[in-house]
Amino acid sequence: MTNKAIPKKSVSVAIVGSGGAGSITAGSILLEAAGKTGWYGMMNRSVGPQIRGGEAAALVRLANHPVECTAEKYDLLIAIDWKNADRFAAEMPLKTEGLIIADPTSGPIPELISSSGATVAEIPIKELAKEIPGGRENMIAAGLAAGFIGLSVDDLMSVIGTKLANKGQAAIDASRACVEAGIAQSRNYDFRFEIGEADLRHKGRWLITGNEAIGLGAIRGGVRFAAAYPITPATEVLEWLSPSLTEVGGALVQAEDELSSINMAIGASFGGQPSITATSGPGLSLMMESLGLAAASEVPIVVVDVMRVGPSTGIATKSEQSDLNIAVYGFHGDAPHVVVAPLTVADCLYTGQWAAHLAEAMQVPTIVLSDQALGQSRVLMKRPANLSFFAKRKTWERTSEEPYLRYALTADGISPMAIPGTTGGQYTADGLTHSLRGHPSTRRSDQQDQMDKRHRKVADFDYGVHWGEITGEGETVILTWGSITGPAREAIRSLKAEGIKVKLVAMRLIAPFPKEALDQSLKGAKRVLVVEQSHSGQFRNYLRANTEIPGEIRHFHRPGPHNIGAGEIAAQIRDWK
Amino acid sequence: MNAPTKNKFSARDFTSDLTPVWCPGCGDFHVLMSTTKALAELGTPPEDIAVISGIGCSSRIPAYTDCYGFHGVHGRSLALATGLKVASPGLTVLAMSGDGDGFSIGGNHFIHACRRNIDITYIVMDNRVYGMTKGQPSPTTEPDWDSALSPGGTGLSPFHPLVIALASGANFVARSFSGDIKNTTKIIVEAVKHPGFSFVQILSPCVTFRPDEKDWKNTVHPASVEETDDPARAARRIMTDDGMNTGILYRGNRAPYKPQVTGKGVETIELERQFEI
Repeated sequence: MTNKAIPKKSVSVAIVGSGGAGSITAGSILLEAAGKTGWYGMMNRSVGPQIRGGEAAALVRLANHPVECTAEKYDLLIAIDWKNADRFAAEMPLKTEGLIIADPTSGPIPELISSSGATVAEIPIKELAKEIPGGRENMIAAGLAAGFIGLSVDDLMSVIGTKLANKGQAAIDASRACVEAGIAQSRNYDFRFEIGEADLRHKGRWLITGNEAIGLGAIRGGVRFAAAYPITPATEVLEWLSPSLTEVGGALVQAEDELSSINMAIGASFGGQPSITATSGPGLSLMMESLGLAAASEVPIVVVDVMRVGPSTGIATKSEQSDLNIAVYGFHGDAPHVVVAPLTVADCLYTGQWAAHLAEAMQVPTIVLSDQALGQSRVLMKRPANLSFFAKRKTWERTSEEPYLRYALTADGISPMAIPGTTGGQYTADGLTHSLRGHPSTRRSDQQDQMDKRHRKVADFDYGVHWGEITGEGETVILTWGSITGPAREAIRSLKAEGIKVKLVAMRLIAPFPKEALDQSLKGAKRVLVVEQSHSGQFRNYLRANTEIPGEIRHFHRPGPHNIGAGEIAAQIRDWK
Repeated sequence: MNAPTKNKFSARDFTSDLTPVWCPGCGDFHVLMSTTKALAELGTPPEDIAVISGIGCSSRIPAYTDCYGFHGVHGRSLALATGLKVASPGLTVLAMSGDGDGFSIGGNHFIHACRRNIDITYIVMDNRVYGMTKGQPSPTTEPDWDSALSPGGTGLSPFHPLVIALASGANFVARSFSGDIKNTTKIIVEAVKHPGFSFVQILSPCVTFRPDEKDWKNTVHPASVEETDDPARAARRIMTDDGMNTGILYRGNRAPYKPQVTGKGVETIELERQFEI
């Protein structure tokens, strides 16, 4: 919901430094303090491949309205140092009216940054930190940012108290003193970046990442088992699930590789426990054979793919939407399954929960295509509503003396599943083509019937209104999926302010292809801009393989690592004469 | 789960009505008999037992039992079994496969399942050949065994599964011969009863591609030494024996893997508090 009485404003801040300098901690403190005040926001991390000593930047955007994508241009850049600045400078272009804060002892400002025309304020960050016993440069930076933005000092101090509680009172006091020193410095300058009045009608903010939100969604949806193999940028899904599953009475096992993790999840689900694993592109490739097993043996399973730049190792810390093809087409044989994609960080919760529900209801492997831009972004969001999606598997109990037919042909294609421990329900789940009882079969009719059944259960399922999000109206449509939804929505808002009406159609259900619903949503469209983060245009090709898009079509796409931004999307529409 | 009742069952209660695909004379028939006899003796009802396998001749075994079964993909039986046992600790879980499935494509899982020491029993029917694909050398095949794929032999030393199991942390290690149904049954009973990861290598002749293995009945012999709980001692013995030594060769006392379960079962809403600011 938007508040028309309050003009929407946002401020973007980048805090850069070498890895380990604490820029991410500084950004986190700003974000949380803003949330306490009642603002919204988002923080992304830009980190190099090194564990320490590389570059690290906290990219923070604060606003008085919900934020669904990072800024394309920055108001304020604070450099703790300029080490490795050449690697990230292109990612955070400054506004001409922006401000650069640099320590004069850190050397010259890189050309790529100084050429923005932004004002430079030289502030001795290192010296200020040294003057305070136990003082740290990143906390001076946090204080500077807070001062220039006008963040509530009380909220900042309270966040520092809780965030640094495990480091002891001395560390808390030193950090607070640094923040105050930073704020005091900011008073020497006329620059102020105002976020605008906080919208306090929706009190109670959540601070959550996309990776955490998918994990929470899965648990809300009934998942109680996870198998884990670490991979960037999906590891946080698993790290969040590990203690959380334990809390709710479930379990997580760390596997020796992805071949194992997918099979552990399938094994647990065969035993009746809704199960999940999370990975990224290379891991998904390793899991494909066993995803086929889950499809053939009809064992429900949720696999989260937090996509990164590919192919191969690619750029593990950056986002791309290029696993659409493997998620849709990667199975050998014909293997009906479900692919869904969260649209925003907040939507990771919704889509994670929906995925668990879909997998269980249809006894089908369900792939969730998130990406690094969603997974590793931390947002301040409104407290989410409770959803009714809950894993509900059709199970079998003995009601007659007839032998149990695990793969019985039913009208909806979904056959009651006996859970081990159920008397009389013994059967062998099998990747071999099988009869109704599950016995291996090479009969033509068994292959035909079981294929028909597996297709039917996925194709005929009622996905309701959840297949996608449609906002706005008009003959010009932006058609997209997944994490491009946030920047697309923002593009549409800015175009609306210019009097250009654009409708957004964002697909959450990727497979099975929601043809009827999509065709309906595109009815009457004269111009359709398809937007995606992939070099080859996987999404556009997928659309064209499955439906006729009306009107004139344009396609805006590129690979990672540079996320597609709202301004670029708006420019595509504006320039479409 | 129903409480185990001793001697209530016969091997028939654990045997399905499906006819195995195995060749006449295949050692795996005997493994099936020993397994079902052992399960009857253990007294756990068939619905509380799961038999998990990979791909290959021996991996066809789940459907020939009347337990719950999962015939998965090649090499991953232990991963399926691990997930199942952790999520459903009340079940008795047996993973059963062959030397190609277990030691080649599934080698990594074998090492880590031993290391993890989950309370499951792993039975490998070792015939030193890929039978289903019609006669290729496996990790336990002799270096000079001639085949179309490796004419003149692979020249590679065979894999020592029992020693690998010991080095990786398995809690129970035994070798048996399929034709010796009495002792194989006894060993399987002991393996299932022993807490943690139990590994049983059963020499199971392939009469079709390795007719020479028909002679195993004359060359196997029971281990002449007492069983031990010292893995180094057990490993030394196995490394120096002739590979035909049968019996329980190691019975350890490592604590089996237990996933961290608080048992609190808190409501999801409790988890959500951490995101509130």
